[in-house]
Amino acid sequence: MKVLVAVKRVVDYNVKVYPKADGSGVEIANVKMSMNPFDEIAVEEAVQLKELGKATEIIAASIGVSQCQEVLRTALAMGADRAVLIETDAAPEPLVVAKLLKALVEREQPGLVILGKQAIDDDCNQTGQMLAALLGWGQGAFASKLTLGEQEIEVIREIDGGLETVALKLPAVVTADLRLNEPRYVKLPNIIKAKKKPLETLSPGDLGVVLATQMTTLKVAEPPKREAGIKVADAAELVAKLRNDAKVI
Amino acid sequence: MTTYLAPTRDMRFVIEELAGLDRLTRLPGYEDATPDLVEAILDEAAKLAGEVLAPLNKTGDTQGVRLEAGGVFAADGFKEAYQQFVEGGWNGISGAPDYGGQGLPELVLAATVEIWNAANMSFALCPLLNAGATEALKQHGSDALKAQYLPNMVSGAWTGTMNLTEPQAGSDLSAVRAKAVPEADHYRIYGQKIFITWGDHDLADNVIHLVLARTPDAPEGVKGISLFLVPKFLVNADGSLGERNDVYCVSLEHKLGIHASPTCVMSFGDQDGAIGYLVGRENKGLAHMFTMMNEARQKVGIQGLGIADRAYQQARDYAKDRVQGRPLDQKAGDRVAIIQHPDVRRMLMTMKSQVEAMRAFAYVMAADMDLAHKHPDATERQHHQTRVDLLIPVLKGWCTELGVEITSIGIQVHGGMGYVEETGACQYLRDARVAPIYEGTTGIQAADLVGRKLAMDRGAAMAELIQEMRDVQAELTRAGSAELMAIGESLTAGVQALERATQWVLQTLGRDPNAAAAASRNYLMLTGFVCGGWQMARAALVAKAKLDTGEDPAFHGAKLVTARFYAEQILPQADALLKIVCSGDSGAPALPVDQF
Repeated sequence: MKVLVAVKRVVDYNVKVYPKADGSGVEIANVKMSMNPFDEIAVEEAVQLKELGKATEIIAASIGVSQCQEVLRTALAMGADRAVLIETDAAPEPLVVAKLLKALVEREQPGLVILGKQAIDDDCNQTGQMLAALLGWGQGAFASKLTLGEQEIEVIREIDGGLETVALKLPAVVTADLRLNEPRYVKLPNIIKAKKKPLETLSPGDLGVVLATQMTTLKVAEPPKREAGIKVADAAELVAKLRNDAKVI
Repeated sequence: MTTYLAPTRDMRFVIEELAGLDRLTRLPGYEDATPDLVEAILDEAAKLAGEVLAPLNKTGDTQGVRLEAGGVFAADGFKEAYQQFVEGGWNGISGAPDYGGQGLPELVLAATVEIWNAANMSFALCPLLNAGATEALKQHGSDALKAQYLPNMVSGAWTGTMNLTEPQAGSDLSAVRAKAVPEADHYRIYGQKIFITWGDHDLADNVIHLVLARTPDAPEGVKGISLFLVPKFLVNADGSLGERNDVYCVSLEHKLGIHASPTCVMSFGDQDGAIGYLVGRENKGLAHMFTMMNEARQKVGIQGLGIADRAYQQARDYAKDRVQGRPLDQKAGDRVAIIQHPDVRRMLMTMKSQVEAMRAFAYVMAADMDLAHKHPDATERQHHQTRVDLLIPVLKGWCTELGVEITSIGIQVHGGMGYVEETGACQYLRDARVAPIYEGTTGIQAADLVGRKLAMDRGAAMAELIQEMRDVQAELTRAGSAELMAIGESLTAGVQALERATQWVLQTLGRDPNAAAAASRNYLMLTGFVCGGWQMARAALVAKAKLDTGEDPAFHGAKLVTARFYAEQILPQADALLKIVCSGDSGAPALPVDQF
């Protein structure tokens, strides 16, 4: 079974981000970028499936600028077999990403698509679900455990109240949550080998997808600074303040 | 717990812009070492170091190592971390591909050595010594010995040690007494060795000791010392491990720092003699050992850099966080983080600028090593080898002395909190303190620089280096920017000090060798400061050009300020050192010993 994994290039989780002076977005020039951590978990899961003999080929896909090749190389070093970059300078929103991935799925015919549950830059948490809907496939979002069978995949999902187990007919879409696995440290020889693995570059047009935008970003600003608190003399004053000033009781 | 984030941005700057990675990718065997690959390697090394090795640094310090009936056991987590390190293929990064190494340039290795040592110096010592032993075996061992031992040493499945020192034979190895008695195709080794780093441990299945000892008819002194390979477990013909050899750790030293690195007293041949195999030729042991010594000295220099950077990172984070007092010109209003105070900022810049200067100096030399090994033209190879030979003692001496100074400043930035163990700032100083001692003290490095490297070619290699510095100086003057001109002026003064001190040393060597020896340590430090100034000046030239094109202004702007700080507040020490050097021994030898 082929497995397709989607990986996004995001600002590294160690970097403290700040808005651009003109409020048009977050400053990413000369900022360290790396693979979205949830996508690392997705790649790791695919590699483990291959090591178990359940997956035959892993294709890593990314959408974005040419430097996304770096995160694809990381996926290849982790164990993906080949990579596809859909190159665009635009920052496509989730629905467009889902449409691009759908087109790629139709071309590659994977039996399973694994994505991170969300990207740590925009925290959208939409792409996986949209992709499943567009394909008409079953979805197992927020997976903390997968059991892959011949016709079916069992997914334990992390939901608000605890864990939910669902069985999906294959092909299916799964999104990885934090506890699905712990991504491996990449081995040095594999970093070198990854350089020689195939990496194909496509344009959105090659896949017949038009990059339409439905959202306009008005302004990106830092959240307001938290103001200093005040001390109250006694419980009565606290209750009065909660009732009259904060109006919460 | 303090975190460690490898400064990969600056590392890449030095690798690409100063050490000239593009020169190396043209060399046979290094074609793959492109900037994107190097970046990927540094990122992954940084991850392993930051997430696995750095968190064990403090626990290893507190817990230390223990000697039990079964041998030496490392602190909790070290064995698992070492397995990850070996499985990740990191030990063999620059190892020969014939023996399973990755064959990457010394330059890339240098950066990873910095990363491991900054993350956890005690841990990093194990692969550091293994690398030296591997190199000595590779260069001098017989094919049979190499085939049997090298693959596992290159992968790190087995680790190597250097067994030189004995209680009466420290800096003076001519006093070595350990015996090697020939027997069939091997020797039996008897004697005691001390200060053996990672001499025994539970991280790997076998420990391969390279041991200096004397054969029965060997001449006195250094000309009678041979090098032997003595495995902890004998290796069967099929490569499997056989009997336990008669070599044991009999005690562990209690030390100021590097608590997680076992410093062993090793006893050879207490029962029936430890089986050892001759490496290279009989009575040439010291020369063979110097192969691994040079290797190890270069890496210990980088260790000084790594530990200094770790101390800097912690001091910087603390200074950004710790709120105390107001700016000088404000009587009221919010208190500020101490990084806003001029003296704290001076300390941080003193740390940062010297760390960056050491990095540039060390990596440029690593590139010289690559060019010395692999350049197709023999004259070029010789040129780079001469440079490496000249500067290895400077790298080792200067960077480790600065390591101590910078980790000490790190404590100072913390104030009282730096002096208590809780913050972790103390550990860096305690760990750093050994680096100017082992693998040849600073005094020994200085003697090597003055008595051998300068004396052998009457300063020719140094003159060539000075000329290269002058070229940079000229470029700075031509650049037409006030900042670069100021850096150029300072470099001019520094280079002049180096040249005059070199002349003094060369003139004094024959006339008054004791005065030259007395001045040698300060001459070494002077050379180090000027080499740092030379590389920071080169960095400034690159940074200015990049700034003019608008590339990464934050990084290149900071580099320019840092280079200027180094030029104006660090490099002028060369002038004072020149004066000190030219004072020779200042009449100190005339002072009667009982006046001390």
